[in-house]
Amino acid sequence: MIEILTTGLPNTVQDLGRPGYLALGVSRSGAMDKDALAIANLMLGNDPSAAGIEVAMHPFRLRALVDTAVAITGACCVASVGGRPCPPWWATIIRAGETVVLEAPRFGARSYIAFAGGLDLHPIMGSCATDVKSNFGGLAGRGLSRGDRLALNPAEYRLPSSGLGVALEERRGAADGFASAIELRVLPAAEFDAFTPASQAAFSGSDWSIANEANRMGYRLSGETLSLASPLELLSHGIVPGTVQVPPSGQPIIQLADANTCGGYPKIATVIEADLWRLAQAPIGARLRFICVSIEVATEALRSIHRWRHAFVAARKQMTGSRGQVDILQDSVTDAQRT
Amino acid sequence: MATETPRISLAGLGALLVDGAQGTFSDSTQELVWAVANTALTLEGVREAVPGMNNLLVVFDPLAVDPQTIAEQLKSLWGSTDAHAVAGAHHTIPVSYGGERGEDLAGWAAHCCMSVDEAVQRHAAATYTVAAIGAMPGFPYLSGLDPQLAWARRGTPRLKVAEGAVIIGGPQAGIMPMTAPSGWHILGHTDIKLFDVNAQSPVLLRPGDKIRFAISEIRA
Repeated sequence: MIEILTTGLPNTVQDLGRPGYLALGVSRSGAMDKDALAIANLMLGNDPSAAGIEVAMHPFRLRALVDTAVAITGACCVASVGGRPCPPWWATIIRAGETVVLEAPRFGARSYIAFAGGLDLHPIMGSCATDVKSNFGGLAGRGLSRGDRLALNPAEYRLPSSGLGVALEERRGAADGFASAIELRVLPAAEFDAFTPASQAAFSGSDWSIANEANRMGYRLSGETLSLASPLELLSHGIVPGTVQVPPSGQPIIQLADANTCGGYPKIATVIEADLWRLAQAPIGARLRFICVSIEVATEALRSIHRWRHAFVAARKQMTGSRGQVDILQDSVTDAQRT
Repeated sequence: MATETPRISLAGLGALLVDGAQGTFSDSTQELVWAVANTALTLEGVREAVPGMNNLLVVFDPLAVDPQTIAEQLKSLWGSTDAHAVAGAHHTIPVSYGGERGEDLAGWAAHCCMSVDEAVQRHAAATYTVAAIGAMPGFPYLSGLDPQLAWARRGTPRLKVAEGAVIIGGPQAGIMPMTAPSGWHILGHTDIKLFDVNAQSPVLLRPGDKIRFAISEIRA
C-alpha cells in the first residue's frame, strides 16, 4: 500500500494502455512516455506493462506503507526516497513509512514511478490506465488526490544495495536538443498534399510552440498559419496518437494518448511512434520542429527501441551488485550485454 | 457497389487510412467498409480495423509487415470483397423530446420549417443504421436521418453535452454515451446506457445495428 501526500489532478495511474479497442471508440491511453514507464517496471523485474504513476504536475510526494522498491524515470527532477537523493532513472528500496519526493523537473515534463509488483487495480478492457477524457480506468477514472491509498501486487524484488540505474543513449543528448527546439520526426498524412506549397514548407521549415492547451488528449501548437489549397469537407475517420490535424484556424493540434478515436480535420502528418516520448517530455511553451522522414527511417527508429528494450532485459539478468549501472546503447544489443 | 479505388494513406508507421468516400456518405460504401474491416483483421500483422464514415483505419505491427505490403493487400480486398449488409441487432431507444434536456428542439423544428410535432414524428419514423462507433467510447455515428431534418453543426461546440442526449449534426444522428463536448444539436434525452465500463460487453451498439427512436414524450 502507498499513500499520496502531495499531488495535482493531472497525475494519474497509467500502464502501457488499452490497445485493441479503437473500433469501440476507446482511446489507446496509457503512459504518454511509454518507454519511461516500461523501463521503470523492467528495473524492478515487473512486466513492462505493470501499472505505475504518471506525474505531470510536480512537486509530488507519496509515502510507502509497506517495505517495497520503487523506480523513478522520465523527466529529470531532483528526487529523494526516504530522504536519500535519488538520481534520475534509478530504482531503489524504500521502507514502510518513508516518502518519495519529486521536485519540479530540470528537464522534461512527466515523471514515472513504478513499484515492485505494480499497482493493484481492477483492469478495465485489459488495462489499468486512467482515461481522463472518458473518466474510467486507474483510480475511479480520475487523477490522484491527497490521501488516496493504492495497493501493490505482491512481488519479490532484488536490487543492489545502492540501487540500480539506467542510462539511455537516446536520451543523453536530448536535454541539449530540448533547450533549442525539440525535433519530431513525422510521416506525411492523408491531406499533406492538399496544403499550399507555402504551408507545406512552413510546416517543417518553421518552429512551433506548445500552447497552453496541452494535456493527455492533445497539444495545441502556435506558429505560422497553415492553409489548404482549397476547402475540404472530410467524413469522420479513425486517428492514432501522433496525428497532426489542422483545424480551420490553421494552428495544428497533435492528438495524443487520450485523444478521440475519430476526427474530421485535415491531417498534415503523423509524429512517428518512436518520437512520441519527446512530446510527452515537452512542457507547455516548448518549441518544436517537424522533420519529414521516410518509412525506412521511421521503421529503423522503432526497431532501435525494440532492440534496447531487449538489451535491457538481457542486461538486467546479468546484473551484478557491484556497480548497479546498466548502460543501454540503443544501437547495439551486444554493447549493452557487455557492460 | 463502390468499387472505385480507395485513397490509401499512411497514418504514422503502423496504420493506414483507406478512404472510399466519394463526397457524401454512402450506405453501400459503408457495407464494403465493414466487410473489408472483417477480412483485414485476418491479415498477418494487423492489430485493429476501425471503420469510420466510408473509410477504414487499419492498425498493424510495422515490424512484422511493412506498410506497402498491407496497402497492396487492402487495395485488393477493397476491389474483391463482397459488400453486404450486416445482420445487426435491432434497438429501440425511448426518447423524451424537448424540455431542459432537449433544448434545441424548437430551433431545429423551425430550421426544418416544421411544427415540433411533425419534426419529432419524422425523426422517430426512420430506421437508422450504426455506421461506425468512434470519437468517444460507444458513440454511434448513425446514418438514415431524413435529409429534411439535417442541420449543420453549431458554430461553437458546447463544452458539455449530457450523457443520453439524442443529437443531430449535419446529416448524421447520434446519442451521447457520456457527458462530453459536442457541436451537435440536442433534440432530447434517453436513459438507455450506451457505454458501461463495468458491463461484460461495455459498448451496446455495433456497426450494422439498426435503431428506431420511440417517442416517450414531447415537451415544449
